[in-house]
Amino acid sequence: MTDPVADEGARMHRLVDRFMSAVPHLQALGIGYVQNGANWAELRMPYAPQLVAYPETGVIASGAVFSLMDSAAGFSVFVTMGRFEPHATLDLRCDYLRPARPGKAVIGRAECYKMTRRVAFVRGIAHDGDPGHPIAHVAGTFMLTGAK
Amino acid sequence: MTAMPPYAAMLGLNRLGNLICMPFGPHLIGTPGRLHGGAVAGLMEIAANMTARDAIGDLEAALKPVNVTVDYLREGVLEDTHAEAFIMRLGRRVVNVRVEAWQADRGRLIAAARLNLLIVKPAPATRLTS
Repeated sequence: MTDPVADEGARMHRLVDRFMSAVPHLQALGIGYVQNGANWAELRMPYAPQLVAYPETGVIASGAVFSLMDSAAGFSVFVTMGRFEPHATLDLRCDYLRPARPGKAVIGRAECYKMTRRVAFVRGIAHDGDPGHPIAHVAGTFMLTGAK
Repeated sequence: MTAMPPYAAMLGLNRLGNLICMPFGPHLIGTPGRLHGGAVAGLMEIAANMTARDAIGDLEAALKPVNVTVDYLREGVLEDTHAEAFIMRLGRRVVNVRVEAWQADRGRLIAAARLNLLIVKPAPATRLTS
């Protein structure tokens, strides 16, 4: 017997994996898919020397965290729609709560908490191991450019 | 000019006076035919930092990003991208910066950003008064 919920999860996992492996900038940053729910997505960016902004401390660039969160937010819109429709970031704000710890992978988790016909509203956090102690918080909007 | 940190080098940035240029490369692509918004944001953050650092002039001071807000105005196509940052206010503790990014036509911005950067100065050295 098949479990429709698990099947749907596996289908989405395959879709997101395939989609992400075709995005060169995500490859350049080493960003990969972790998991998703009905309206949220989680991505992971492993620590890497090319992400460093402060060589004296080894802390990674805030811009890399922004890229991770922009991508996680975009994927949360994608999973909420359940299919790929063109969408573009309208705006995104990122609060940098503390530096990411050198050597630690950064997890970005974003949710699409409201979807209208043309605009998707997103929010999310980035953390480096403990979601209760985030390194960044984001809020933003996406335009569904395929909407009539 | 100081050497670009690894993240800026990965993006491929170079400085031309007050401008920062991000020559097009395949590693910057997001969806087919478009730059990734995160790469444009990374470019603008580095432009903001560079301009703020020049304005402060204190080589000992460190800049810590508090937040950044990016408005995406047009899609970034597969071309070179440029950014320039403007100081809105240089305070003692915070510098407020605005950044513009464009491609072939300076009059058609692809993104605009606003950043607040914290200025962290090392504790003043204890004066020896003997």
